[in-house]
Amino acid sequence: MSRLHGLAVAALAALAPVAHAAGEAPKAPVNVTAIAMFLVFVAITMGITYWAASRTRSAKDFYTAGGGITGFQNGLAIAGDYMSAATLLGLSGMVFARGYDGFIYAIGFFVGWPVIMFLMAERLRNLGKYTFADIASYRLQQTPIRTLAALGTLAVVAFYLIVQMVGAGKLIQLLFGLDYWIAVVLVGSIMVVYVTFGGMLATTWVQIIKAVLLLAAGTFMLVMAMSRFGWSFEALAQQASAVHRMGDALLAPGALLADPVSAISLSLGLVFGLAGLPHIMMRFFTVTNAREARKSVFYANGFIGYFFLVVCTLGLCAVVIVGTDARFLGADGKLLGGENMAAMHLAKAVGGDLFLGFISAVAFATILAVVAGLALAGASAVSHDLYACVIKRGQADERAEMRVSRLATVAIGLVAIVLGILFENQNIAFMTALTFGVAASSNFPVLLLSMYWKGLTTRGALVGGLTGLLSAVVFVVLGPTVWVKVLGHAAPLFPYDQPALFSMPLAFAVIMLVSKLDDSRQAGDEQARFTEQYVRAQTGLGAEAASAH
Amino acid sequence: MSLSVPERIMACPRFQRLAATRSRFAWTLAALVLALYYGYMLLVAFAPQVLGARLAEGGTTTWGVPVGAAIIVFSWLMTGLYIRRANVEFDALTDAVLEEHAR
Repeated sequence: MSRLHGLAVAALAALAPVAHAAGEAPKAPVNVTAIAMFLVFVAITMGITYWAASRTRSAKDFYTAGGGITGFQNGLAIAGDYMSAATLLGLSGMVFARGYDGFIYAIGFFVGWPVIMFLMAERLRNLGKYTFADIASYRLQQTPIRTLAALGTLAVVAFYLIVQMVGAGKLIQLLFGLDYWIAVVLVGSIMVVYVTFGGMLATTWVQIIKAVLLLAAGTFMLVMAMSRFGWSFEALAQQASAVHRMGDALLAPGALLADPVSAISLSLGLVFGLAGLPHIMMRFFTVTNAREARKSVFYANGFIGYFFLVVCTLGLCAVVIVGTDARFLGADGKLLGGENMAAMHLAKAVGGDLFLGFISAVAFATILAVVAGLALAGASAVSHDLYACVIKRGQADERAEMRVSRLATVAIGLVAIVLGILFENQNIAFMTALTFGVAASSNFPVLLLSMYWKGLTTRGALVGGLTGLLSAVVFVVLGPTVWVKVLGHAAPLFPYDQPALFSMPLAFAVIMLVSKLDDSRQAGDEQARFTEQYVRAQTGLGAEAASAH
Repeated sequence: MSLSVPERIMACPRFQRLAATRSRFAWTLAALVLALYYGYMLLVAFAPQVLGARLAEGGTTTWGVPVGAAIIVFSWLMTGLYIRRANVEFDALTDAVLEEHAR
């Protein structure tokens, strides 16, 4: 159990890669190449933000880039949202340390995508306007459902932002030699500039550029590394097994699934939590129509799948190239900076200091882009759902709504900086469990049932959605990581770190039960409106069109 | 009492056929991908030696490597299959239904 637990924590750290690594590492000397390359990236993206600002006039421009992004562009941007610095560093680090188990983990990260394609992408596009609450509240009561959705969105955004900010601070400390707090303030402020001035258009292009850079850098590294093995996977596998402490077991399933309950819970959270991440849902409203929405998932899937395969292979290459090179090992024989630095050391080994600088800049850019997407999703929940629809009852002036969204972005930026600094030395692995747990147990069930189940009522969605949200949080707090490791109690009250296996079915059950028992007249009206929603979901009748630019 | 556009579409046999066919197709593909993935996970949990078996006698690469890669590639190809059918068959049907009732 403790072995599994260590692994689960390490697995989660795949999303918060550097958080643990950096604790052990001394601050690096200031890395001039990396900083120069990063400044070039910032200069280019600021130019794009300036251009995007001149084209961001309406609320629709701000939230969805006018709805005119093509499927291919959106596919790259989605891939950009999903291929974080965490995937590059965390997954390669896991393969480096644990071989095949890292690969199992990567597959779990991927499988949610096809499911989104088959069951959600087109309907999201046909029904949505700016936020996923538009869909959840389509035929239900606006005030309670929008409030619930905004709560779910802000919870996910806050948890995920902490993961990203702490990861960013540690990574930048390590790679650039800057102080932790400087890194956090930098990330927070640049992100606020992207989002407040450039809205979704700037955020999308930052994602696209960063996705291309990441794919190119990964491919280059793979080519350089595999050339050392004569392009033979078998040769790579043989040499890696020969030098790795796991030996012949390196390419066989190991301890990851020693406890099937935790593993299934983890994979449920990953697969279905993905379909409840607000910044990912929001990307579907930026394309012209359902056809482009489909295409964007197809392209995104291709890029993400390719990237995961590349990253896992890189982890294995690092076993041979980095793991046997004294330059990268400390006196204790362990990797300098922790196992999450495997890909960085590999970059240096195959491409020298210049390429290492490039990869560092790409990693920084990656964090910026992901953080910008999150901030935009959070700001939209505040300005569109809470301000325009709940407080102003849908009567908000568009200019006022945009002003609120910009203020919200600044506020989220400040909160992110403060949280980033507060959580510097905390164990934040559980934040990822919270992110995916809440997304899978609150946002996803409400969204899915609103689209697929006629019987859903406001009361059911509200009670069940809240149950999912609270149970996910409570299970994580009572679980081994928070209850024992963070709060210092002797034994956990809930035996697993991953809540989804329990909180997600609970949410579904409560939503359905309460909806069934709801015989109010309002519930009858809500069910009667399903026809209109269903026809629109299927055909796009009355769906939001792209604005002409 | 005249029916609204959505109600007319809902009652249209062509629309019902479209909705039924598409959702059967989508759920089948989703079930296929999820069954494959959770089947793989069960194999990892309860019969890890299957995936740990060597591809070739005396080799090092295990069956787990191509099987894992195949899951990623296969589920991606399934999204391609879905798009192919949706772009040709479903979009044409949707247009026809909208043409008949909404324009």
